[in-house]
Amino acid sequence: MSSRENILKAIRGIQRERKELPTLPDFKLEGDLVDLFIRAIQANKGEVMGEEEFNNWVSSCDFHSIISLSEPFQSLSTFELSEDPHNLNHLQLAIIQGQFGVAENGAIWLDDSQLPHRVLPFITEHLVIVLSKENLVDTLHQAYERIGEEHSGFGLFVAGPSKTADIEQSLVVGAHGAKSLRVVLM
Amino acid sequence: MSHPKAASQFLKDQANSLWHDETLWMVREKRDAISKTIPEWEELRNLASQIKDKVLSNLDVYLENFEANAQKNGIKVHWAKDAEEHNQIVLGILQEKNCQAIVKSKSILTEECHLNPYLEKNGVEVVDTDLGERIVQFLQQPPSHIVMPAIHLKKRDISALFHEKLQTEKGNEDPSYLTNAARLHLREKFLGSKVAITGVNFGVAETGEFVVCTNEGNADMGVHLADVHIACMGIEKIIPRRKDLGVFLRLLARSATGQPITNYNSHFRSPAKGKEIHLVLVDNGRSLQLAREKFRNSLKCIRCGACMNTCPIYRRSGGYSYGSTVPGPIGSILSPGLDMKKYSTLPFASTLCGSCSDVCPVKINIHEQLYEWRQEITKHHGEFGKGLSMKLASGIFKSPLAYKISGSTMRKAIKLLPKGLIYNPLNVWGKNRDLPEAPKESFQEWYKKNRG
Repeated sequence: MSSRENILKAIRGIQRERKELPTLPDFKLEGDLVDLFIRAIQANKGEVMGEEEFNNWVSSCDFHSIISLSEPFQSLSTFELSEDPHNLNHLQLAIIQGQFGVAENGAIWLDDSQLPHRVLPFITEHLVIVLSKENLVDTLHQAYERIGEEHSGFGLFVAGPSKTADIEQSLVVGAHGAKSLRVVLM
Repeated sequence: MSHPKAASQFLKDQANSLWHDETLWMVREKRDAISKTIPEWEELRNLASQIKDKVLSNLDVYLENFEANAQKNGIKVHWAKDAEEHNQIVLGILQEKNCQAIVKSKSILTEECHLNPYLEKNGVEVVDTDLGERIVQFLQQPPSHIVMPAIHLKKRDISALFHEKLQTEKGNEDPSYLTNAARLHLREKFLGSKVAITGVNFGVAETGEFVVCTNEGNADMGVHLADVHIACMGIEKIIPRRKDLGVFLRLLARSATGQPITNYNSHFRSPAKGKEIHLVLVDNGRSLQLAREKFRNSLKCIRCGACMNTCPIYRRSGGYSYGSTVPGPIGSILSPGLDMKKYSTLPFASTLCGSCSDVCPVKINIHEQLYEWRQEITKHHGEFGKGLSMKLASGIFKSPLAYKISGSTMRKAIKLLPKGLIYNPLNVWGKNRDLPEAPKESFQEWYKKNRG
């Protein structure tokens, strides 16, 4: 008998009481979603800014390799996407359109339709996600409700820059992935 | 080594053990603070526990659904009855791909299966990519905590280690500097690996997808640059519905580190074009634990580590004192199920204060199970060979004369014993305790005088 059969047989042989799955209530937040979302991103060591502030920041940075996949900022792109994601190693800035954000924790949902390479939001030195204020939900419960049956090979809740506290619990931003996250809220 | 013996080693460095105690308590306080910002926190814990009840009562069906849906999505599913088979499956995939170097993100399961030494013995270079795990891997140590693998080390230790391994400046202890050195070192490894291994936080039966959570982004850096992703998952990591993730992701990071969510939460449903995902479903004692009714609930664990951070014993004795892959209270109810003899002292490494059960996000009755394991272990005590104290006690109780003499000797001795006996780093239990006041006479002596 295969291990699969053995494991399943062992489990089936165990006397267990039948249990029911609970219905999940629709827990919501109190307060202004934009305000809560901004505070959540800041707590995760990210920044939230408007269009003008973002434009000022980009022009002050002198980046020479940028990929922009967000409609309003398409003209900032300096870099042609190639087949091989390894070529993204020295990418300085990725600008991605976010689907929606979660006010309780700052998580932003991206899937294969925003990510020509799945590694893009990780490998880039700095990450910018453009998000509409209209596209905020309260908690993860509404977030999964919104994702619903949608089918994507890969989906990601990104809530901040890459960070670690593995050395004496001192927080360091920029472990392996993006060293910063900026959310442009429009 | 028994838990008290190993704990005494840890306590030799008093400054370090005090730091360990206080730091973990700080993490516990962060968990408390953030949980209080969620009005429905207790309701979420109840829901999580009920969902896991359902999973455990219906595990065979969920596993079959999960497998069928994952296969539909193009994921290759493997089943391993034990650690050995798990390791063979992983090695088999690596050999098929002609791969001699891999990157691996945090997976307690692969620690449990001792995958690293197995692969290394077979000529595969394994690079752990979580910063804490890379640090302990350089030291050839296992993680001492399931969420904070290098919590037992100080930055001066890590600075010296990185100076030796990564040629950082001697004496530079700045965490940002050291982290950046690791970033550059591991970037090379990510770019060069054809196969990446990850653990799994949750597997969703209804969609066949699985979720991996990190703060560093190391799991994703590995798998998206590699051609092949091998995900290793214990069979109890199943949840029924995608929307159940809402409950568990709200609880996990808040319980673990006091943050509202991990910064990266990746949902893997099917491989990217031209790539492969393999999923290894591992039993390794889990179906046995499922059959033990009193201990079944231990399989609800989502590996947040909250019970470790709150445990007065864990904080004061360090992760290594347990000698098991999963240390702390939850480890002390899981490990005896794997090997009751080897881990026989662990359920006793507890004050049964119940704090672990109070913070557990899936409401495992940890302290009650610790108590239950004590009963089991005591029943089997003869088979394990008795400890010195038990032998001593049973000798004394067998002989009435010995009992009388030892009693009067102890009453005198306690008065004369120096406080140093208790306030010394070798006595794990003595910290902040005092010797009892010895009665002047035994009950027998009192009875003779007053009632005899």
